[in-house]
Amino acid sequence: MSTVESSTSTKSAASEPAPLEIHDLTVSYHNKPVLWGIDLVVPRGKLIGIIGPNGAGKSTLIKAAMGLLPLNSGWVKAFGEPLKQNLTRIGYVPQRESVDWDFPVSVMDVVLMGRYGRLGLIKRPTKQDRDIARECLDKVKMLPYANRQISNLSGGQQQRVFLARALAQESDLYFMDEPFAGVDAATEAAIVTLLQELKSKGKTLMVVHHDLPSAREYFDMLLLLNMRVVAFGPTEQVFNAELLQKTYGGRLTILSEVAEAVRQKS
Amino acid sequence: MNTFIPPFDFHRVIVSPWTADLASYGWIMLMGFFVATACGLVGNYLMLRRMALVGDAISHSVLPGLVIAYLLAGTRHSTVMFLGALVAGVLTTVLIEVIHKKSRVKQDAAIGITFSSLFAIGVILVSQFASKIDLDQECVLYGEIGSIPLDMPYVQLGSLVLGPPTLVRMAVVALIVAALILIFYKELLVSSFDPGLAFALGINATFVHYSLMSMLSVVVVSAFESVGAILVIAMLILPGATASLLSRRLPVIFLFTVVHAALSSVMGVHFALWLDCSIAGAMVVMGTALFVLAWIFSPTQGLLRRWFSRTQVEPGETALQHGEQRAVS
Repeated sequence: MSTVESSTSTKSAASEPAPLEIHDLTVSYHNKPVLWGIDLVVPRGKLIGIIGPNGAGKSTLIKAAMGLLPLNSGWVKAFGEPLKQNLTRIGYVPQRESVDWDFPVSVMDVVLMGRYGRLGLIKRPTKQDRDIARECLDKVKMLPYANRQISNLSGGQQQRVFLARALAQESDLYFMDEPFAGVDAATEAAIVTLLQELKSKGKTLMVVHHDLPSAREYFDMLLLLNMRVVAFGPTEQVFNAELLQKTYGGRLTILSEVAEAVRQKS
Repeated sequence: MNTFIPPFDFHRVIVSPWTADLASYGWIMLMGFFVATACGLVGNYLMLRRMALVGDAISHSVLPGLVIAYLLAGTRHSTVMFLGALVAGVLTTVLIEVIHKKSRVKQDAAIGITFSSLFAIGVILVSQFASKIDLDQECVLYGEIGSIPLDMPYVQLGSLVLGPPTLVRMAVVALIVAALILIFYKELLVSSFDPGLAFALGINATFVHYSLMSMLSVVVVSAFESVGAILVIAMLILPGATASLLSRRLPVIFLFTVVHAALSSVMGVHFALWLDCSIAGAMVVMGTALFVLAWIFSPTQGLLRRWFSRTQVEPGETALQHGEQRAVS
């Protein structure tokens, strides 16, 4: 395992504990390990892509980091504290297919869910929450759809609603599970703009991503994952044929994709 | 033909339950309404969570709970029976979850395994102790809604007669269910729609799940002891299924659920008077009739609308599939 550390990124995080720190994390499904001995210190204000082959444990990593899955060993800290104490600072965009889009709620209802973490028991979303939700919808260009039933949306629109909901959470650390999967080009561009904007506000974003060529373009840092951390560092340092080959193993189609991506780079 | 369908006596069927016989039929209609409302409201969440069959399962698996409670306490007092059934009901949902989560068995199969084995244990217990106990499945599980008015003594608040005790209890249960849904609307909504997000927001989805299942157990147990299992199982599904054909907004769906509960209860009484048949059965048939009407005539998703606008992709297409789990029974 070779971890490339970036010296510039660690300096900027000196004032506050790292948004995410993972130590010796192991997770298994049905007694088969999916993640093994993950160690990770994520610097603040970075747009980080998590890439790796199918079954590499990309989704599992963010679910485990958020405490959605039981850990076999290890610990996770967010902003220097156990996760539970900082939940409001963590935003989540699950895979689009993970929910039932026929659920009887409107676009507005879904975005308002992002505010629930800040409301106490019994309390209903206030006018201010609604205003924030509307702003967030506007940012993803979905405001005209606010009162639509969610089953009437296209895949790209559904993804934008999920992003608006994540924005409404007003978090400092975001986990996104394949936000680019199956979306149209316009949505993809809108998501990229949004991620950049969040980053410029000092937010930290960890994004599971599938497509290698665009990964190089979109992310500041890459986490190459295949059950273990193959490499974690600035994109220009870790996006090379050797490390990608190590991550994806001997899969021919992927290898040619890697070759293509590296060729484009030079 | 006429031997099967009695003549329609307008006065006896339509007028009398609201006039001369209001004293008895009024209670029955109210009981049907409270049962259908409580069941329908909880049932909405069961359907949203794709677990419509759990109510069916609980109504079977409470049997061992009833027998064990009786054997431990030595009495058939309704509080003891209630607690026994409640524990069995919650245990059922826990077992379903454990089997489903800790093995490759899917949830519908886990439901089937759990309730049939608990029911079997109940049957064994009953046959084993049959000589000692005055308890059979019929007398505890299959109450008759028609005998509600005979349930004495009526509960009184000062000089105000509130009604038969079972009715008052059901009304309290229905009100508590409605209040809990109002109070925990956010938590129930987000944990039903997106458990992952619920967790990230600090809402314990597991706790919400078991709270909902406990609520379901309370509703099922308090209802079928007095009105019979058929009405309970049907009303867990029918009001919500009908309402979800009429609207795609949860608060509106709840409103239609209550309307369905009231209509099927009142129409059921009239229907039973006409055919001189089981009132609970008639309420279920009327509830189903309302469902079919909604299915055909729903302004947004009805069959008629689909026939007239073939080209349009209908959003409600998958809504009908909510009930598909029922096919397993």
